[in-house]
Amino acid sequence: MASDNADLQRIADQEYQYGFVTDIDSDQIPPGLNEETVRHISAKKNEPDWMLDFRLKAFRRFSEMLEEQADPTWAMVDYPKINYQDIIYYSAPKTEAVLESLDEVDPELLRTYDKLGISLAEQKRLSGVKVAVDAVFDSVSVATTFKSELESKGIIFCSFSEAVQEHPDLIKKYLGSVVPYSDNFFACLNSAVFSDGSFAYIPKGVKCPMELSTYFRINSAGTGQFERTLLVADEGASVSYLEGCTAPMRDENQLHAAVVELVALDDAEIKYSTVQNWYPGDKNGVGGIYNFVTKRGACRGRRSKISWTQVETGSAITWKYPSCLLQGDESIGEFYSVAMTNNRQQADTGTKMIHIGKNTRSTIISKGISAGQGQQSYRGLVKVGRKAEGARNYSQCDSLLLGDQCGAHTFPYLEIENQASTVEHEATTSKISEDQLFYCQQRGLSEEDSISMIVNGFCKEVLRELPMEFAVEAQNLLSVSLEGSVG
Amino acid sequence: MLEIKNLFAQVDDKEILSGIDLNIGAGEVHAIMGPNGSGKSTLSNVLAGRAGYEVTGGSVTFEGKNLLDMDPEIRAREGIFLAFQYPAEIPGVSNDYFLKASLNAVRSHRGESELDAMDFLEISREKMKQVEMPDDLMSRAINEGFSGGEKKRNEVLQMLLLEPKMCVLDETDSGLDIDALRVVAEGVNALRNESRSMLVITHYQRLLEYIVPDKVHVLSGGRIVRTGGSELALELEEKGYGWIEAST
Ligand SMILES: Nc1ncnc2c1ncn2[C@@H]1O[C@H](COP(=O)(O)OP(=O)(O)O)[C@@H](O)[C@H]1O
Ligand SMILES: [Mg+2]
Repeated sequence: MASDNADLQRIADQEYQYGFVTDIDSDQIPPGLNEETVRHISAKKNEPDWMLDFRLKAFRRFSEMLEEQADPTWAMVDYPKINYQDIIYYSAPKTEAVLESLDEVDPELLRTYDKLGISLAEQKRLSGVKVAVDAVFDSVSVATTFKSELESKGIIFCSFSEAVQEHPDLIKKYLGSVVPYSDNFFACLNSAVFSDGSFAYIPKGVKCPMELSTYFRINSAGTGQFERTLLVADEGASVSYLEGCTAPMRDENQLHAAVVELVALDDAEIKYSTVQNWYPGDKNGVGGIYNFVTKRGACRGRRSKISWTQVETGSAITWKYPSCLLQGDESIGEFYSVAMTNNRQQADTGTKMIHIGKNTRSTIISKGISAGQGQQSYRGLVKVGRKAEGARNYSQCDSLLLGDQCGAHTFPYLEIENQASTVEHEATTSKISEDQLFYCQQRGLSEEDSISMIVNGFCKEVLRELPMEFAVEAQNLLSVSLEGSVG
Repeated sequence: MLEIKNLFAQVDDKEILSGIDLNIGAGEVHAIMGPNGSGKSTLSNVLAGRAGYEVTGGSVTFEGKNLLDMDPEIRAREGIFLAFQYPAEIPGVSNDYFLKASLNAVRSHRGESELDAMDFLEISREKMKQVEMPDDLMSRAINEGFSGGEKKRNEVLQMLLLEPKMCVLDETDSGLDIDALRVVAEGVNALRNESRSMLVITHYQRLLEYIVPDKVHVLSGGRIVRTGGSELALELEEKGYGWIEAST
């Protein structure tokens, strides 16, 4: 059926909807990376010495890594060498003073977030669900909503910079405790130059009454975004957190190297969902974001649970492995992932489940969709430590190929040191079947709607893990990202 | 309603249909019988516009329009419905979600308003009763893990919902026990009226006891080799397909 590949291709070519640039004055430092840059960023944020020291240690280690080997090479992604001296490490919209309330946020910024579909007004969304938002624009947080309502429950939700000032004890205690500054090349870079991000702390026994979310936006040209997120759920606490991201369309690649650390104490539960829609570059692979991210959660307490759900449709290159350290006995780690690569996009993504405590359990469900010349790899490690008696893991990795120029690869790694454990792995690779497509069309659905329905069905087990209203967003995003892959 | 003239079609460069002529008027029910491999499913796929089935000669007109020019989804929206011999399974997509999307695609093509979830529920409940389909099949993924009989009921349910002008049933009776056969046939008969036409493809005469056709055609080697009234089906059953092949 000769026309099919061309047909499928049409659906995958998309118009990127968030590619506009906001015209706003910004306060930038010149491109380049040296100790001065790090001191400069720290000074801009008025940071205490301990914070600067953390950055400097990281910077020194990063400089060594840069000399030794530069970027990691083991992932199945291919990109020209990044010149770390060409990047602007700090860019912030100019503001007069510290904002006292949302009313003082630059209207141009409010309009930007409106256009992105993110409401910074403290009202319920149409669905009736309240969502607290921390909006990060280039290097700084520009607004955080519902803060006082959350404070009444003892919940802290604010920008990372503010947390350094207001809650230094919590930051000192937990920063770098899950992802040490020297963990890997990009985490190390982030630790030196991170600019802003979100911090949340849910106190003992508190169930967070609304979704917390951070919306990341890269706006300025030539900048890198290096945000840092830290969430701590104290004993018996629970929280659901979502992050979203977009960037303007530009011909040059931009680097996004974030670090996310999660800590769950006894009986605590953290659900972390990502809808990643950074600019993927154009059809020919020009431009787009390099999304090199380190995300890790520590289930420190007994019976604690961390669940990662990600829908990755954007970025020119994605390199990320949200992981769980299952330290507490009976703790649970979950990873649900949908990754879509179209045109020239590349993704090397997966997870690490490190079973340390007894009777720890983990589930991995990964759905990869490749269209165009998209290439993606699932890379997952399941490690069962010596003391992790009764550990159980179930992994399922399914790949769906649209057309015959794309590729999917699966790299499962198993390291089992305790034989009283159960590890199961299943993997499938399939193409969209002509039978399914024709069945839908014979019922009156257009080819695009048919493919989008089949793809959404393929991802169902993951999409149903997303908070209700974001599930709808994610479904639409998948359809849009597929647009044009059918000729 | 449907006019097929000297239709030739091939699959993978192999000629399967070799000059089919068939005229189905409004309100008529025609049956096509024929041995395995004679081209029955090929004919239904060609009518529905499946990719890979290449028409190499002849014409098909549907309500005066050139059917072969239309994309498959347009044919469906115009009122051609194919009840599949082997309905596809679509994991993760619930039956009710699919049927609602399908019904609304057809309705908006007809210039009717789209149905919301409540309206759809009401209509689908009623039709489900007609084919004695259990409620839980609606919330399950399309055809996934359905028994053979459930799949066929699901096809007839869709037909009842979409109210097509031209129903093509491809061996909807195969693999059904006698009770399921009755249910399916009753569903089909409920749709019979003076404007709706049907093409019932079957290997066995059994179905035609329930759905009595106006005409029976015998397909062999990609050609219609004999046409008669409903009694032709009985004659075939008695004498077997060898009789037709021997006499042509
Ligand atoms: N997709 C296909 N690819 C190759 N050959 C096919 C295909 N579909 C049908 N055929 C061939 O066409 C002939 C008619 O098949 P079909 O229309 O399915 O017959 P029937 O439905 O009457 O049993 C058979 O020889 C079959 O092998
Ligand atoms: Mg057949």
